[in-house]
Amino acid sequence: MHVVVIGAGEVGTSIAASLASDHEVVVVDIDSDRAEQLKYELDVLTIAGDGTTSEIQTAAEVGRADMVIACTDDDQTNLVACGTAKTLGDGFTIARVKSTDFLRTWEGNEGAFGVDFMVCTDLLTAENIVRVIGLPAAVDVDPFAGGLVQMAEFEIAEGSPVAGQTVSEADRFESLTFVGLFRDDEMTIPRGDTDIMVGDRAVVIGSPESVQSFATDVAPQTTPDHADEIVVVGGSEIGYQTARLLEERDFKPRLIEQDPDRARWLAENLPNTVVMEHDATDTEFLAREHVDEADIVVTALRSDEKNLLISVLAKRLGVDRVIAVVDSPDYVTVFEEIGIDIAINPRTVTAEEITRFTYESVAENIAVLENDQAEVLELELTEGCGLVGRPISEIVADTDVRFVIGAITRNHTLVTPRGDTVLQAGDHVILLVESDAIGAITSMA
Amino acid sequence: MTRTVDIRATLSYTGSIVKYLSATMSVPLVVALIYGEDALTFAVSMGIGVAIGAGLERLDEEPDLSPRDALAVVSLAWLTAAVIGAIPYVLAGYGTASALGHPVNALFESMSGFTTTGATATAEISFERHSHALLLWRQLTQWLGGMGIIVLMVAILPQLAVNGAQLMKSEAPGPGLQKLTPRIAETARALWLIYAGFTAALIAILFGLGLTPLAPNMNLYNAIAHGLSTLPTGGFSPQAESIAAFSPVVQWVFVPFMVIAGVNFALFWYLLRDEPRRMFENTEFRTYMGLVTAFAAVLAVGLFAGGAPSTAIGGVTEGVTANALRQGAFQIASLMNSTGFATADFAQWDAQTRFFLLFVMFVGGSAGSTGGGIKVIRWLVVGKALYRELYTTANPDVVRPVRLGGEVVDEDVIRGIMVFTLLYFVIFALAAVFIELDTARVGDGLSGTEALAGSLATIGNIGPGLGPLGPFGSYEFLPNTTKVLMIGLMWIGRLEIVPVLALFVAGLDE
Repeated sequence: MHVVVIGAGEVGTSIAASLASDHEVVVVDIDSDRAEQLKYELDVLTIAGDGTTSEIQTAAEVGRADMVIACTDDDQTNLVACGTAKTLGDGFTIARVKSTDFLRTWEGNEGAFGVDFMVCTDLLTAENIVRVIGLPAAVDVDPFAGGLVQMAEFEIAEGSPVAGQTVSEADRFESLTFVGLFRDDEMTIPRGDTDIMVGDRAVVIGSPESVQSFATDVAPQTTPDHADEIVVVGGSEIGYQTARLLEERDFKPRLIEQDPDRARWLAENLPNTVVMEHDATDTEFLAREHVDEADIVVTALRSDEKNLLISVLAKRLGVDRVIAVVDSPDYVTVFEEIGIDIAINPRTVTAEEITRFTYESVAENIAVLENDQAEVLELELTEGCGLVGRPISEIVADTDVRFVIGAITRNHTLVTPRGDTVLQAGDHVILLVESDAIGAITSMA
Repeated sequence: MTRTVDIRATLSYTGSIVKYLSATMSVPLVVALIYGEDALTFAVSMGIGVAIGAGLERLDEEPDLSPRDALAVVSLAWLTAAVIGAIPYVLAGYGTASALGHPVNALFESMSGFTTTGATATAEISFERHSHALLLWRQLTQWLGGMGIIVLMVAILPQLAVNGAQLMKSEAPGPGLQKLTPRIAETARALWLIYAGFTAALIAILFGLGLTPLAPNMNLYNAIAHGLSTLPTGGFSPQAESIAAFSPVVQWVFVPFMVIAGVNFALFWYLLRDEPRRMFENTEFRTYMGLVTAFAAVLAVGLFAGGAPSTAIGGVTEGVTANALRQGAFQIASLMNSTGFATADFAQWDAQTRFFLLFVMFVGGSAGSTGGGIKVIRWLVVGKALYRELYTTANPDVVRPVRLGGEVVDEDVIRGIMVFTLLYFVIFALAAVFIELDTARVGDGLSGTEALAGSLATIGNIGPGLGPLGPFGSYEFLPNTTKVLMIGLMWIGRLEIVPVLALFVAGLDE
């Protein structure tokens, strides 16, 4: 596949990196130094220039491209780039936008702006945050197969009942499968006799109910109910969208924003949110407003440093769960190391969303785990592909590709995979696979 | 802001409005001819009105209005309309025993008519004293003033359409103007059509009932006369006994129409456009309907428990469910939105029920209705804004916009409503003090409550007050100074204070 990526920022680079091994990738960036640098980092062709012009796009052979991904930091640039690409060829265009207004316009008339698929960074991030809030103790949650199946990543805390047990001992939940275990940033594919230890991160796939009951089992914290105090710090677009999505789920969050005009705007547009206009780094204010008693604090300020400060402050005040938006991917690990429960990087979220489109019809959905060590894919099996007609144990024995099948949906019902389960054409398979082996698994499907 | 009012343009616009308004005297003229009465009165009055209007109109051939002038035009047009409307009363009453022959009484009656107040300056309402034509003119002034003479002129005069929105905004009851269509003249026409439609419906029902044995007394004249003063929340009746002159069935017919008159007419437009949700989900509408029902229920219970000592008019309500219900519903429907019809002499009721009525009179109708008073929407905003102030005092960091039915109310609008409400109460209180002192001066002292009720009944365009100013009394005995003040109160109350005060402020600037 010939893929043109316009914009070599963090999102563009991340996408190019995951595509480079299996596809022919051309990256366009307006900064010639950046283009030059990327040429050596990744196995891609780079072109320096304005990606919105047909001259540069012609040089990148957009005319014969199967996919054009516009992911610069500027909304208008991305939209114009897609519009230009449509004049040159018929590739599938993907635009990254920040503004939800553009997304709404596009949703109302798909194909608007010459965009075939639009990814709204801030909205995606907010959706991610809200999903994580919905499952306590989960580090990452993604829905698959139209919501029939959920993937969740949990950190095994001290005192958790499954700590010290083997996978087969812990695996007492109907229709739930342990698909991965991260220990010290190293992934292992769990076998029945693998021990689960404190500090591990376990990835499970199963029905939402089973994930839910697993969640309440590993972490005695209760599921958030609507009386829970949720405080969103920072009225950025992500903060606003998070509050809005929480309102939609009948929560009544509090939102702290320093700028008076922005605070007024937020208060007007969020009828069920209590908007407070104050500097969130003021500890006295946080104490006065009993932010320490909050169950969940989300920091969505515009600067990573401030998010770090508030997160640490909230943690010190005794907040149960702190979720931080981290703009720079390099900081994600730092945040999680100093005790912030979850750090969410909008760019990773965006890259994940865009990457899932590059697997075309084969992979319908994707979640990237732990800095791209492994991915969870949803595949639709077709007649005659390498996975159909054989029991799972046989497939696993025949190949050295490391993967785990977490769930199967057949005719919209969930089938729990066991060694003797035979896959059929039309099945949706949700599986975890190491990042290096994605190409191998998608070629089998 | 140093630009002064363009007097010529203002007077010219006022002239056009007066000219066309005078032409409506052709209606009583026809009635006079039918009944073989003094047609000359109306022919002469009409001539004078048209002449004055045309004369003023010529002051400026191509008048150009600024927003400030628009306020002046509206204020002046209403004042001039009242003056022209008083001419038939003076002419007809001249040389007779009619109180309306006196210019102050005539102007009071005319202003009371156009502003849909319904307070009368003559103690004697009868066909022996006044002609059918004159009493119909009295009703017609209410109908013209109800939806607004400016709205009417914008609807029919193309030269007013240019500044129509500005003019209508100054006249429209409530905090703002609701445009229904891109063209203001079409909006004005739509409102008048809905208004005329309801009026026609009421007249038809009343006349129809009159043909059956259910409604003795209800002839074509009465049907038209009462139809003309119900929808504008007027309150004038050519019958001395007001609606008490008719059977209970007829009284019940009036109730829903009086309630409708207090509803924002723009909402009926949505109903006609097949968007009923915009009407039934409107916060003001729901509150208004809720208040009418609740107040009527409370009053009915009060009357059932003996709030009304047996009076000749209205009959016994103590222990009589049907009568208590009817009197309760009718009086609330009539007084809350400022109509002022009566089926019982509530001035004779006991202190609790009278105070309750006084309280109800403060509420008013809806914005965009023909009703007077402070209006339901303002109370809602005032209440919510006050609650917001208390809330933010306790939680100083919270930003909390005032919402009405999910929509955020602009801070400027809130300030405007607060200023209006404060001005309303200040003027109401000052006027009550003046009335009290002035009537005491001439020896006809009113009680404190009666003075308050008199002030409220005129600024709120309600009509009947308490005591001697009650529904079957009159304002005739008041000293002329008090009557002049009340003429001003009715004027200021109908235009909702600001346009009239702005006119004075503009005058002071010069």
